[in-house]
Amino acid sequence: MNGPFDFTLALADDALVAAQRLAEWTTRAPEMEEDIALANIALDQLGAARLLLSYAGELEGAGRDEDALAYLRDDREFRNALVVELPNDDFAVTMAKLFFLAAYQLPLYTALAGCADERLAAIGAKARKESAYHLDHGALWVKRLGDGTEESHRRMQAAVDKVWPYTHELFAADPAAPVDPATLRPAFDEVVVPVLAEATLTQPDSAWAPAGGRAGVHTEHLAYLLAEMQVLHRAHPGAKW
Amino acid sequence: MNPREAAASVVDPEIRVITIDELGILRAVEEDPASGRVTVTITPTYTGCPAMDVIRADIRRALTAAGHPDAQVQTVYSPPWSTDWISERGRTKLAAAGIAPPTPVPAAGVVSLTLAVRCPQCGSPETEQVSRFGSTACKALWRCRSCSEPFDHLKAL
Repeated sequence: MNGPFDFTLALADDALVAAQRLAEWTTRAPEMEEDIALANIALDQLGAARLLLSYAGELEGAGRDEDALAYLRDDREFRNALVVELPNDDFAVTMAKLFFLAAYQLPLYTALAGCADERLAAIGAKARKESAYHLDHGALWVKRLGDGTEESHRRMQAAVDKVWPYTHELFAADPAAPVDPATLRPAFDEVVVPVLAEATLTQPDSAWAPAGGRAGVHTEHLAYLLAEMQVLHRAHPGAKW
Repeated sequence: MNPREAAASVVDPEIRVITIDELGILRAVEEDPASGRVTVTITPTYTGCPAMDVIRADIRRALTAAGHPDAQVQTVYSPPWSTDWISERGRTKLAAAGIAPPTPVPAAGVVSLTLAVRCPQCGSPETEQVSRFGSTACKALWRCRSCSEPFDHLKAL
């Protein structure tokens, strides 16, 4: 990555794609309370994405607003980490993604709140409080499923094994960024390791670390997600509510 | 009605018993002495709060009615909104409408303990959380063990 535009866009895309994936659970979650919870978290992510995209557009200075950035880029132009574009799959996979993402976003936004860029600092201070709530929610489910029945334990462990390799990309070093993601790893481990232990889950030790999202090289899943998210805007260019 | 009173009278579109002033999201109302143009500054409760567009429109409508058709509404994010900004009057109104007001936000570095949420129907502290998320981004769903009534609780933030 290079420069504040790419950094801001990467964070925005993480939040936007996570929001879109979570919204897929609406009307499909295992219980009504969880349906509302996932929709609320999606809304928080969308709120952060809108602020970050608007600011990225200003930093770029090419006249692109939040809508142009969200709806008129192709997958190769998206800078989100691969973990957020992975399909929802099992409910346990969604919870593993939610938990790991929040455990990354909370120290990220906390660090941003103290950074020199005033706009990013304001967004960080605001989003930090919401991320803390997401983290609590994700941790509750990881513990409940991990330390639950034999079946829920099996599926939660499979979910952690599946998602864990994708977490490494979140912490790829970028010393020139307003917050170097590599510095966030200890805070992530500090939260994640005890929760996995309490959930009676084994922390994977796989060295496999798929990456490429920050450079626009995505899994095959992102293009389908974008097609659904962007179709209305592209079919009716310039349409307003 | 002066511009400040006009803006302060706008009610929250999702919790219609409380004004945006009592909710603490109305940050400033300024009138340019030379041009007379009014600028209203608001801040969202949550980043994704879907009520913001309606609130902006309602503020412009209220100011137009008060003789300021060219009022501007700007949104700021810093400092971030906190439930501690809800006024005493706002808290009383929330409780009267069956929404348990938020408990105080613990200061940073202080070990937080969960304070009992009183049932807004019968006043009992014997309550339990049903869902950490509720009908709007700012609320959670609770239930009273004494009177068995479910109720909304504005989450401390």
